Amino acid sequence: MDLPNNPVLRLRAQIASLEGVLADLKTQLIDAEAYYNQSASAKADSSGHLQIQTFSSSPFQPLNHHEKTFESLIDQLDLSQEDNWGRSGKLTLQEHTRYGRQLIMPEIGLRGQLRFKNAAALIVGVGGLGCPAATYLAGAGVGTIGLMDGDTIELSNLHRQILHTQKWLGLSKVDSAVEKLMERNSENHYVAHHCNLDQKRAVETMRKYDLILDCTDRPSTRYLVSDAAVLAGKPVVTASALRTEGQLMVLNNPPKSLDNPGGFCYRCVFPKPPPAESVLSCGEGGILGPVVGVMGVLMAMEALKILSPLHPDHGYQDPTKASCDPIPPSLLLYSAYSNPPFRSIKLRGKRKGCPSCSDTATITEESLKSASSDHAAFCASTSPAPPPNTSRISAKEYSKVREATESPHVLVDVREKVQFDICHLKGSVNIPYSDISRDPEASIDKLDHAISDGNSNTADGVSLYLICRYGNDSQLAANTFKTLPRFQPYAKYDFKGDISGGLRAWTQSVDPDFPEY
Amino acid sequence: MDTKADDEGNLPIVVEFTGGLELLFSNQRKHQIALPSTDENGRSANLAFLVRYLCQSLMTGRRKDMFVTDGTVRPGILVLVNDADWELEGEDQYELKRNDNILFVSTLHGG
Ligand SMILES: [Zn+2]
Repeated sequence: MDLPNNPVLRLRAQIASLEGVLADLKTQLIDAEAYYNQSASAKADSSGHLQIQTFSSSPFQPLNHHEKTFESLIDQLDLSQEDNWGRSGKLTLQEHTRYGRQLIMPEIGLRGQLRFKNAAALIVGVGGLGCPAATYLAGAGVGTIGLMDGDTIELSNLHRQILHTQKWLGLSKVDSAVEKLMERNSENHYVAHHCNLDQKRAVETMRKYDLILDCTDRPSTRYLVSDAAVLAGKPVVTASALRTEGQLMVLNNPPKSLDNPGGFCYRCVFPKPPPAESVLSCGEGGILGPVVGVMGVLMAMEALKILSPLHPDHGYQDPTKASCDPIPPSLLLYSAYSNPPFRSIKLRGKRKGCPSCSDTATITEESLKSASSDHAAFCASTSPAPPPNTSRISAKEYSKVREATESPHVLVDVREKVQFDICHLKGSVNIPYSDISRDPEASIDKLDHAISDGNSNTADGVSLYLICRYGNDSQLAANTFKTLPRFQPYAKYDFKGDISGGLRAWTQSVDPDFPEY
Repeated sequence: MDTKADDEGNLPIVVEFTGGLELLFSNQRKHQIALPSTDENGRSANLAFLVRYLCQSLMTGRRKDMFVTDGTVRPGILVLVNDADWELEGEDQYELKRNDNILFVSTLHGG
């Protein structure tokens, strides 16, 4: 039985599994309470007041607990003010141990660790980028981590969204992430935002944070994150990944303020949105887990660098001083199958008259809230809808065609070969839409060959159907074919239609055993 | 594929495509080409000419609109001359030199 496809079984399994976790936590709590009560009374018995164990066992004179034998950089720093969540700046003994390995790095040191502890980072999108980014920020001790995502976990997320696990299928990505991050580091404060970034509340939400990580997956949100962050005065680390490649930029760094023009923004680099039909999602284009993982990890590193900039006065002396110079605007490219795989390219930087970040900016907090700057529409406006193909049939109707023995026909599957090889309907012929769009005549020749090789049914007027994954490419292929002479009435092919909804519809309404991928 | 430029006024340059643009160019990321050193009007070959040349001579996909709209590269594509934004180099008026590396990067949006 396929668990994820049966909601009843899946929910039962999740409840059983979570009840197991809960029982385990209760046992741990009982143990912890027993241990805590015991040791607390033991300490109180021996000295009358609580003392730190290591000090009382030292060979030196017992200390008055008010007297300090040590001092640290904390004493010289003014980090006493509380942050948005009422946290102040000092490290506990446990934190010295927990962060010891990064604390001894000259790039971080005590100053950096305290900055992390008092910092608040907002991770927008808890998917392939957000999971690794959040993991490292939580591990590093970033005191407040906001997690924003309105989605629930699907089975196809798990190969790359490393915080989410099987038992959380169908549940909130944000809740799953908070649970896992708490297991890693419960010292931090996690703020759950069970929603997607909303134009009306974006600026207000970002004001509570020091830094924004754009881990989203569509162009409209990327513009919104950048616009809102400029208005809120927060730097942005933005990255994206598709197939075998990733890209990363740091925006609005330093942030725009009254006395600083600020760094470049997303609109400076891409003033116009890409045509919607040129944008592929991970579901359409595919994505390799480690590719998006690498980008998420790089985001975490850039975030840590922003939260704790190198400070020449405190500890770390960079011999080249290079990192203290302003960072030239750049875009990092990662391409897993290229050599070299990493490449940093120099960008033009701030654009004069940028509607978001220049002196003459037209995007304001008010305009962002109102419908006048609808980001989804801004990015969709350049997308002409494909001309509808009038001859479409449903998967159910087509299944009847297949059942009828007196209706010989040809089914052309226009997915890419790699997808066709994963699984296809018996007897279908593969001619990828990319080939059809490149050279329609040659792809018909290929069809002619496939048909005459396969069986004797080569008479004129062969019934022809088209299918693809979701029913988009089959429609485009149909439109291309219909313009060809060989598809005109009374010619060789009698085009019957394409299957609306594609193979997904086939799985849903005809054969649930046909794999969805 | 041309690997060596001839001496008859052709510029040997490297053209690279990433972010999915390679799918329009025989699914190959890196192309070494010999670009005519002058355009249709006898002027020195610039990036505007290179873009036209690529559409005519190197593109194998039919979705030209995925690369060029309104006579120039479509929104969402960065053009880099030796790893620097072409807007730092005079955009499509930049005149190509021997062994230049021209990189076309399409933005990605997945995450
Ligand atoms: Zn800008």
